[in-house]
Amino acid sequence: MNVKDIDVSKIQDAVALSDRVYWVGALDPHLRNFDIILKTANGTTYNSYLVRGDQGVAVIDTVKEQFSEEFFTRLESVADYSEIKIIVLNHLEPDHSGALPELMRRAPLAKLYISQKAQLMLKALLKRDELNYETVLTDDRVSLGDRTLRFLHTPYLHWPDTQCTYLEEEHILFSGDVFGCHFCDSRLFNDKVGDFRFSFEYYYAHIMRPFKRYVLQALELIDPLKLNVIAPTHGPILRDKPRDYVRRFRELASSGLHRELNENEKSLLIFYISSYGNTARMAEAIYSGAGMIDGVRVSLYDLEGSDITSFVDLIEEADGIVFGSPTINGDAAKPVWDLLSSLAVINTTGKLGAAFGSFGWSGEAVRMMEDRMRGLKLRLPVPGVRIKLIPTDEELAACKQFGQQISKALKGELETTIVSFEQVLQAEQENVRSF
Amino acid sequence: MAKANLTFKDIGLTVSVPVGVRVIEISEKVGAGVVYGCREGDCGTCMMKVEEGWDNLSTPTIIEDKVLKDNLAGRHYRLACQAQIIGDVTVSPA
Repeated sequence: MNVKDIDVSKIQDAVALSDRVYWVGALDPHLRNFDIILKTANGTTYNSYLVRGDQGVAVIDTVKEQFSEEFFTRLESVADYSEIKIIVLNHLEPDHSGALPELMRRAPLAKLYISQKAQLMLKALLKRDELNYETVLTDDRVSLGDRTLRFLHTPYLHWPDTQCTYLEEEHILFSGDVFGCHFCDSRLFNDKVGDFRFSFEYYYAHIMRPFKRYVLQALELIDPLKLNVIAPTHGPILRDKPRDYVRRFRELASSGLHRELNENEKSLLIFYISSYGNTARMAEAIYSGAGMIDGVRVSLYDLEGSDITSFVDLIEEADGIVFGSPTINGDAAKPVWDLLSSLAVINTTGKLGAAFGSFGWSGEAVRMMEDRMRGLKLRLPVPGVRIKLIPTDEELAACKQFGQQISKALKGELETTIVSFEQVLQAEQENVRSF
Repeated sequence: MAKANLTFKDIGLTVSVPVGVRVIEISEKVGAGVVYGCREGDCGTCMMKVEEGWDNLSTPTIIEDKVLKDNLAGRHYRLACQAQIIGDVTVSPA
């Protein structure tokens, strides 16, 4: 087929990537919202691939269940079910495993290859115990005779189960959701489709960004591969300059701010919002105290002064974050929650967190902010500070000391505190921790 | 009641706890970085590194062993929602 003629919305056949490799996926041009969290301006594709060897056929990933018919029609245009020896699922999310039960029923000779972590998900998705599957790790191989599939263990991109599969003889990487994007264009190939740069970056920002560390680990496995084509499960097939997309992933996953910090220097961000200026005064005292410890670069921000996106970018690179809010009607102020609820797109695990605030009657905000930070898997070594209405000089001195303690904790210089079980229980009951 | 010292290295806190308590029960109370997901020994979210006192935790059950294996966990890693304290231990988030 002439490349210029490819328009898979008009044909139900498979599309050749080479004389042995075919796209057998489905188009979903009308989708406008994927998994609640992602906008899809022109829909998406569910890419499935078929590899033919001289001793059998492999199917790599399937499609969302309601697109099964399109998938099976394309598959049947190039292979018979009895030829299918291997099914690979690089990722078990329903948009890729939807047609799997029916495929396994139609291709009873096929064995399924998945990652170790995919096992429990497989059973939960298919609700069947007796399945013909095998788990694989990096450098495990399966043969189709003159074609060989090699597996790459690339977890958390973006589920625990994710892996990539490499066709050794043709240097094609079936990358799962990695290098994918929600972009539906019936011309399929990156050198033919419309401008999808925004979709590529947007997909990375929402799907891969929380797992930057794992992206870099995966790139260590992908970088040494010779790459003729990257074939992801969503969006264009990357046959033109595939290495550019690998490079872009490395750029996106590399940290910007840390390179500006000195060696062993830690960064601490203090965010606050204040109605009468009391929480602001606390913030300034904490800022001054935290800055007294060498090797900690401290920044102070009024939450009213910028938009959320910039703050999220800063937090991603920070070692510690501190939130200050007054208690208003028994709650922290909305700008604090707006920011704290926007952190799911980055990884906050293990960062240091702390909270403070002025209050009039009850002062719940500090504990609530602390709880949210625990939920985000931050560690909170220094108990929060609450001050009733206007801080006294003594209380501001305590804030300064609080700032110093936070910086010391960041530097790993905080002495170990020893408490009894009873103290822990009492603090839980009183909702205030003082150790 | 017999007591043992449970130290959370990441927040610099040692708690004297009754023997038999699970690590996660204390971790969530004091706000240490060892946090839980499902609490049923399934998801692996609460995996922790046992820095000291490896032998002072209850022996892993078959279920815990399977989750650790599925997550390719190293030798001194345990699930905080499963491991009970028998003697002094120091832990940090995995």
